[in-house]
Amino acid sequence: MPEMTVIEAVRDAIREEMERDSKVFVLGEDVGKRGGVFLATQGLIDDFGESRVLDTPLAEASIMGIALGAAFRGLRPIPEVEFADFVWPTINQLIGEAARTCYGTNGAVPVPLVVRIPYGGGIRGGLFHSQNVETHFFHTPGLKVVAPATPFDAKGLLKSAVRDNNPVVFLEHKKTYRLVRGEVPEGEYTIPIGIADVKRQGSDMTVVSYGLTLHYCLEAAEQLSLEGVNVEVVDLRTLTPLDTETVLESVKKTGKLLIVHEDNITGGVGAEIAALVAEQAFEYLDGPVSRLCGLDVPTMPFAVNLEEAYMPDTDKVVQALRKLAAY
Amino acid sequence: MAQTKPRAGRKSGGNSAKAKATSKASQALPGSLTPEDLVEIFTRMVLARTTDERIWALNRQGKVPIAASSQGHEAAQLGSLLAAEKDGDCFLFPYYRDLALKMAAGLTPTQVMLSFMGKAGEPYSNGRQFPLQGADLPNKIIQISNVVSAGLTQATGYALGCKMLGEKTVVLVYFGDGGTSQGETHEAMNFASVHGLPIIFVCENNRYAISVPQAQQMAIDDISSRSAAYGFPGFSVDGMDLLQCYEATREAINHARNQGPVLLEMRVERFMPHTTDDDDRRYRPADEVEAARKFDPIITIGNILIEQGTLDQKKVDDIKAQAQQAINEATDAADAAGLPDVSTIHDMVYAP
Ligand SMILES: Cc1ncc(C[n+]2csc(CCOP(=O)(O)OP(=O)(O)O)c2C)c(N)n1
Ligand SMILES: [Mg+2]
Repeated sequence: MPEMTVIEAVRDAIREEMERDSKVFVLGEDVGKRGGVFLATQGLIDDFGESRVLDTPLAEASIMGIALGAAFRGLRPIPEVEFADFVWPTINQLIGEAARTCYGTNGAVPVPLVVRIPYGGGIRGGLFHSQNVETHFFHTPGLKVVAPATPFDAKGLLKSAVRDNNPVVFLEHKKTYRLVRGEVPEGEYTIPIGIADVKRQGSDMTVVSYGLTLHYCLEAAEQLSLEGVNVEVVDLRTLTPLDTETVLESVKKTGKLLIVHEDNITGGVGAEIAALVAEQAFEYLDGPVSRLCGLDVPTMPFAVNLEEAYMPDTDKVVQALRKLAAY
Repeated sequence: MAQTKPRAGRKSGGNSAKAKATSKASQALPGSLTPEDLVEIFTRMVLARTTDERIWALNRQGKVPIAASSQGHEAAQLGSLLAAEKDGDCFLFPYYRDLALKMAAGLTPTQVMLSFMGKAGEPYSNGRQFPLQGADLPNKIIQISNVVSAGLTQATGYALGCKMLGEKTVVLVYFGDGGTSQGETHEAMNFASVHGLPIIFVCENNRYAISVPQAQQMAIDDISSRSAAYGFPGFSVDGMDLLQCYEATREAINHARNQGPVLLEMRVERFMPHTTDDDDRRYRPADEVEAARKFDPIITIGNILIEQGTLDQKKVDDIKAQAQQAINEATDAADAAGLPDVSTIHDMVYAP
């Protein structure tokens, strides 16, 4: 199988879906000639033309509203928000309108759009190029939220997202774009939205994560295996709908759970999973449900040491797992 | 594919009679400026350019994670700043491309370098933010973020606040051509006009929003013409001409203080890629920047000063050498400086 990076997988998925279905089109800032600031749409304008690869004016509210309107007409837009940090002008259209459209029309108006959002930090982006925005969408029924960690998952899930008739928030961690390589099969495949993936089998503890931090969890699990502790690593891949079954099954097997994410700890995805496990797997627990997450500050700072202090990393996951193992 | 128009082919002045009048006067100093003023602003411009170039080099060495350059925008930034400074009661909401403006407003080279390296004591955010982003209140500057056009409604609110308090402050808010597409830009101008607020909307139009040329951002040539829809005056000036920018801003300050908002479009050139992360060869004709560099304000002002006999070539060279020296020292100082104390990470999430 050929190896590729996350950004290449994203690009392949968009291209294949555009080839498959002429209703699929891309719009956003710099997505045309420049090929996107991260080059996710590189080359598309040459092959599909300006009518299906739209360089928009610099205005996110309209990017989202116009994508939504085109979806009403039956097209399948893939709007790009250049950085997650600039998603806020879209919130009226995305959380306010798109998320409520199917429910509010009793199913008469489906919303087949995928908004791609490069997110996350650890790249010296400071307060306005590092944001984790997933919780706001995770909290909103009517949106599907996908957050892959590997090229294989990114490609398969993005293709499913394009074919979905619901608004999908597709979160691509910027740091994984070129850092994470992996095998991707040639030819057509999709991965269903809403199914988590056990990325490493283990019997002693469960660690649940998604996006960049998933990789830190895998590295940490490797280290703990040298200490004789077998850690199971669950990659959520999709945040909404949440695959509660896979999480509960793993926790019931291991009795211990650590949740790791980069987003702020308070009210985050981890809090929801902790509540779920407390409600539905209480009698299986063999230690406190634990979280290792971003600090409760408004985004990680710019200075290198402050950014490190904010970010979960492999060492921090190892420490948290050891602490949990001691129970 | 929409093309950007080369500078030489552009009609100058836009919808502005004033721009035409002042462009002729460029060689002679406007009445309110002395030769010493011009030397002073030239010196600051050279310092800003030298800093900018050094920052770019430091980025390539891995010492500065990111930078947006003000090269090519200096005449617009410093011309307007000079007018604001002479007025004495202006407040600024710059944007991320305003390095020259922020420096000239009162930072030392060392403070600038601390900021770009994310070191302790950096004046805008103590290392929390992107370089020179946050606030520099001693120099009357607020720039919370690099979110395009987020500052426009804030600046309008600031002007409203000044008016409510009976102050005479005039607010200058800076943004690019790209920023004019944001809905909030419209909302800010509309509100400012309804309330006759003392605010100047300064658009540094370099005809690109990263890679997207002006013709794909809007179907008009003169951004200043938008002001008509709000019912206040708008002018387009040659943003490569410091004296024109100074004069236009001086008049705009007067107007804003007494009659309400003004939209000032300053037509500039972006000499560098969008940021240190950008590769503009993907979207920009190679000869475009080369042609634009003929209008480099550093050269223009240097020549004016020499022609007028205010400086000779040796003095111009001295100014440049002094700037190099200052930046060398600043770089060393910032290099040696410490990082912010990690324990501060939880500080100031809320006001004390
Ligand atoms: C709301 C928002 N969307 C996108 C971006 C990413 N971005 C940064 S600068 C820029 C282009 C801005 O162009 P312009 O306003 O013309 O200013 P210039 O950089 O040319 O001076 C874009 C799209 C951003 N910072 N904020
Ligand atoms: Mg621009």
